[in-house]
Amino acid sequence: MADYEIPETHEFPIIPSIMEGAMAHSSPFVAGEEFQTDMGFPVPEEVGEPIEGWKEKFLELLQDKLNKYRSLQVFMDTCVKCGACTDKCHYFIGTADPKNMPVARQDLLRSIYRRYFTFTGKTLSKLGLGWLVGTRELTVDVVKEMYSYYHQCSECRRCAVFCPFGIDTAEVTMAARDILSEIGMGQKYSNQIIPKVHKVGNNLGLPEPALADTLEGLEEEIEDDIGVKVRFPLDEKGADILLVTPSADFFAEPHVDGLMGYAKVFHAAGVSWTMSSKASEAANFGLFIGNYEAMRKISLRIRDEAKRLGVKRIIFGECGHAWRVAYNHLNTLAGPWDFLDQNYPVPQHILEFTKDCLDRGILNIDKSENDWMTLTFHDSCNIARASRIGEEPGSQFTTPREVIKAVCNNYYDMPIETINDQTFCCGGGGGLLTDDLMELRIKGALPRMEALKNTIADKGVTHMAAICAICKSQFTKVLPYYGMTMDQIVSVHQLVSSAIVLDGQGEEAEESDDAEESA
Amino acid sequence: MSVLSIIYVVLFYVAMAVLFGGIINKMMLYKRVPAPLKIAVTPAPLTTGGVVYRLFYEVVFFNSLFRANKWTWIFGWIFHLSLLLAFFRHLRYLISPDTIIWPLVNNPIVQSFGHYAGFTMLFGLAGLFARRLLVDRVRYISTPSDYLMLILIMGIAATGLGIAYVEHTDIVQLKAFIMGLFLADPQNLPADPILLLHITAVLFLAMIFPISKLLHAPGLFFAPTRNQVDNPREKRHISPWGAEIENKDGRNT
Repeated sequence: MADYEIPETHEFPIIPSIMEGAMAHSSPFVAGEEFQTDMGFPVPEEVGEPIEGWKEKFLELLQDKLNKYRSLQVFMDTCVKCGACTDKCHYFIGTADPKNMPVARQDLLRSIYRRYFTFTGKTLSKLGLGWLVGTRELTVDVVKEMYSYYHQCSECRRCAVFCPFGIDTAEVTMAARDILSEIGMGQKYSNQIIPKVHKVGNNLGLPEPALADTLEGLEEEIEDDIGVKVRFPLDEKGADILLVTPSADFFAEPHVDGLMGYAKVFHAAGVSWTMSSKASEAANFGLFIGNYEAMRKISLRIRDEAKRLGVKRIIFGECGHAWRVAYNHLNTLAGPWDFLDQNYPVPQHILEFTKDCLDRGILNIDKSENDWMTLTFHDSCNIARASRIGEEPGSQFTTPREVIKAVCNNYYDMPIETINDQTFCCGGGGGLLTDDLMELRIKGALPRMEALKNTIADKGVTHMAAICAICKSQFTKVLPYYGMTMDQIVSVHQLVSSAIVLDGQGEEAEESDDAEESA
Repeated sequence: MSVLSIIYVVLFYVAMAVLFGGIINKMMLYKRVPAPLKIAVTPAPLTTGGVVYRLFYEVVFFNSLFRANKWTWIFGWIFHLSLLLAFFRHLRYLISPDTIIWPLVNNPIVQSFGHYAGFTMLFGLAGLFARRLLVDRVRYISTPSDYLMLILIMGIAATGLGIAYVEHTDIVQLKAFIMGLFLADPQNLPADPILLLHITAVLFLAMIFPISKLLHAPGLFFAPTRNQVDNPREKRHISPWGAEIENKDGRNT
């Protein structure tokens, strides 16, 4: 573990006094020539600097965004600086840097909007009075500050829940990041990953043979474990269901245990399903960088594969932002889905599928298998505030909890102000899950770590379940910094996997038990 | 007619033109700019009726602000409610006793509530001002215009109370002036300094409305995070420029 200053956790949350410039040094690596070019973004003469003629380009791009996104146009105008959002961001709570207050983060762009796009700002600036309404001149320093602080936002939308005008900082962050990319300052992490999705099929760059091999390994593992052959089909034409899941599910812990859970549920339900090597990724980093066309292009892979394989339904695995894009945008970007079976929602979440199986009583569950754990559940921001699982508003909160309670005996919620739509981001979402932002990720995890620690102390909770690949990876990394262990984060379908009893499971073992008894 | 009255007649017309013209212009802009993606903050309503209810709850009770911060909510809500009550009271000065709504306006309840609203308005504004000054986070995000806006409205409330309690104006003549504006038949405005201050501040507020953060009032209804129906899987949402992109490459067919 590298050496970082770990924020203290308390019995009750504390809102810090502001410390100006506390995180001014935090900035992820800027994309170099290779990754900018792959994405079709321009390449500056020197990495980390904007391209020549950047200023005119910046203003032109901002005007274009204002013409295309009602959210941005309205949000730039309506903020009254009431302060409701100022203590809501996990990065502010964890770092005390006032520029991590949502309104201050918006103001990085709003100050430019006011200076160059509003009557008031333009007029007052000419008189040298722009400071009255908070305008700023657009300079290289301002652009670099934007690069820094727009990469200290995980686009989690917690601020938008509390804003009296529904201003969503994520919309501002996305617009700003896209503009930065277009003036030569894209983020390396995201710009490196997106081309891999298109060239190989997933963010990890796991090619088809390696993927097939991995899945075969999982089949063997389950067969060794429970004596049942559970299949992990890949690229099988004519299957009913296409499963699209985050590629971390193929190898990372605890993600892969979740994938085994989906496979067992499909097996028990007796449905035919497949994964696709070309769409072997649910994640869509086009969302993070605020680029509509990048997001669309990634989504269209799923359409192409659904057609090629001739499936009737699409189901998404456990992934937060992927589900946001799938639930809200897949129809817009890659629809219409009229060639799929209209009796099922397109797309469906794996939890919707599993919950339905549980409700219909077709799964054989032995809850005692999870008795050695006491669970709590982390609502992932993109599922809690930017999508829905199930049929009712808010069923994105109840569905995962009902599934957990159906397979576990011991469950407690974390404090109410840290769950459901008030949930705190894991600290690594929105394109920040990269080692060059480790300090930010640790500090941003503070409110969630604090709530978890207190629930462990109060209720004897031992494990936290999550339904997002990024959350799982982030917690695996940051839990040890807060005095917990990396294996305390589990997948929801990992719990299902442990509790589910498949037909023919453990028959040999039982027989040998009987043999012993009769002996 | 006095020169002063002529100036104020012109000011009134200009201010109202700027106010209504400016707001309509902005609202048309908000309507014209498309929302390319579904971005409702969830849990969100599943029907249009649900959205109406959600917005109603926000507008009337400041629901999100209530969840965010009780101090800001109580000061802000008292201020806005007082503004509404003061507005109802002022209707007496711009509608004729012959109209059918006159009894709704000219009754002891509306009139006395409107009276006290001046005090509660000052209370709410003072609270908001204090928060801006005393809470380090809010102080950090405040620009001079944020303080000036509060001072301006406090000035309006204070001069209004001054007219009501300290230095009465010729209210009959004032009403004649206002009705004259409606009928394009200019009348004299009483030349009391405190009334002139009150009216000047109100007209200034009206003129900066469409070019300042006061746009939060119409803007609230246009936030896609709050006004969208949660039905992306059932109903395909596509913007004109999004449709253009897909028509170009035909990959959605």
